[in-house]
Amino acid sequence: MAKYLLLKHYRGAPAAVNDVPMSQWTPEEISAHVQYMNDFAARLETTGEFVDGQALAPEGTFVRYDGEGRPPVTDGPFAETKDLIAGWMVIDVDSYERAVELAGELSAAPGAGGKPIHEWLELRPFLTASPTITECH
Amino acid sequence: MNELLLRSLTPTVLGILVRRGADFAAAEDAVQDALVEAVRVWPADPPRDPKGWLVTVAWRKFLDTTRADAARRRREDRVDEEPGPAPSMDDTLQLYFLCAHPSLTPSSAVALTLRAVGGLTTRQIAQAYLVPEATMAQRISRAKRSVSGVRFDQPGDVATVLRVLYLVFNEGYSGDVDLATEAIRLTRQLAAAIDHPEVAGLLALMLLHHARRASRTAPDGGLVPLAEQDRSRWDTGLIAEAVEILQAALARDRLGEFQAQAAIAALHADAPAAEETDWVQIVEWYDELARLTDSPIVRLNRAVAVGEADGARAGLAALAELDDDLPRHTAVSAYLHERDGDLATAARLYAEAAGRATNLAERDHLTRQAARLNTRRPG
Repeated sequence: MAKYLLLKHYRGAPAAVNDVPMSQWTPEEISAHVQYMNDFAARLETTGEFVDGQALAPEGTFVRYDGEGRPPVTDGPFAETKDLIAGWMVIDVDSYERAVELAGELSAAPGAGGKPIHEWLELRPFLTASPTITECH
Repeated sequence: MNELLLRSLTPTVLGILVRRGADFAAAEDAVQDALVEAVRVWPADPPRDPKGWLVTVAWRKFLDTTRADAARRRREDRVDEEPGPAPSMDDTLQLYFLCAHPSLTPSSAVALTLRAVGGLTTRQIAQAYLVPEATMAQRISRAKRSVSGVRFDQPGDVATVLRVLYLVFNEGYSGDVDLATEAIRLTRQLAAAIDHPEVAGLLALMLLHHARRASRTAPDGGLVPLAEQDRSRWDTGLIAEAVEILQAALARDRLGEFQAQAAIAALHADAPAAEETDWVQIVEWYDELARLTDSPIVRLNRAVAVGEADGARAGLAALAELDDDLPRHTAVSAYLHERDGDLATAARLYAEAAGRATNLAERDHLTRQAARLNTRRPG
């Protein structure tokens, strides 16, 4: 009963084993990949472990407060930003081991040549609510 | 309408359906439907006999979904014959065992217990655990399938039930459904169904922690450590009740983990001020607990207690014997170093512990501790 965020990176993760950009796959390979991702999410729903999954546009804007009475300042996107998130999935599982198992399965999604991408996914635990019993200080 | 009364009838009604021959999964759905119907109908037309009403409606719903006509006729005949068995505490107990069956994962056992014993809806359980309703529905139906072959009259293991209830209680106070209160209600109900010192021990433990609830959180949502809590806000009625339950359990001389934990909580509750805490006795209880559970967390908490009873140096010595990868090891070390007067080390360790905290309130608390030491005025 712990929630984990599975993060997929456009940029910032170590290179995948089968590291061919999607634009160079065949259309069938792309379809197979999309199907695999959908099946994965659907299967997690049936096991009662799915919480949320979203994909993000690669280009975003940086925003910051610019003082009282002024509109927020916007900037970017910055080409030099090292870490770029492509999307996420949130799972609710019984153990860290199970989270790792699922991340491994997701990383096996097929890519170029129909072979697993072996993509590096980042697994981050949610900070939980405070447990009621925390003896003793 | 009293929702708690309605929900408290859930296990009895479900037990009656199963005893009449309905399979557990279908009976459980039928009881949920009957509860929904009761919420709709009762406010305008309250039944004279709520339990009888629920049994009749749930049984009808069960029959409606049972397709085999022959079987249906046979069962209907039986309904006419039988006014329904008397409520049986055994049925309630069997339901607890079934919902905490060892074949279930902890999260499945928790979800099934809250629905089939607690009478909560799937939506309420999903909200409490912050997952989509569809996910929780699947979790519950898988759990029901997992236990579908289990015989209802098989004796179960009380320890597994207690672990499930402990998990529900410890989930805390978030969400619309108050899981702590629900866990206490379910544990009280279990204590009424079975005479077992560890059930009493867990109930006492829950009540003692629940009694401190109002004082645990600062107005800004931050965690207030036990030593700094406003003890005038502790619920003395709950504490008295818990102590009585615990003493009766301890008198039976079958000590277990929950009784020992409750004994420690009771010693804290008994101290009018933090300085008056009987740490020597608390260390003794931690020694008992370490014998019972072999849990490294217990030994970690014991090191804190030793630090209070025999001084920070003794606490640090006890801590040195433990694996420093343990969760909260750094936090305990920070605390003991501060007590020992080594404020620079304590500040560094508090910050490090904050980075390792697994829950938000604890992280914020540890960050504040580091900040307090880092910004203190010299002298």
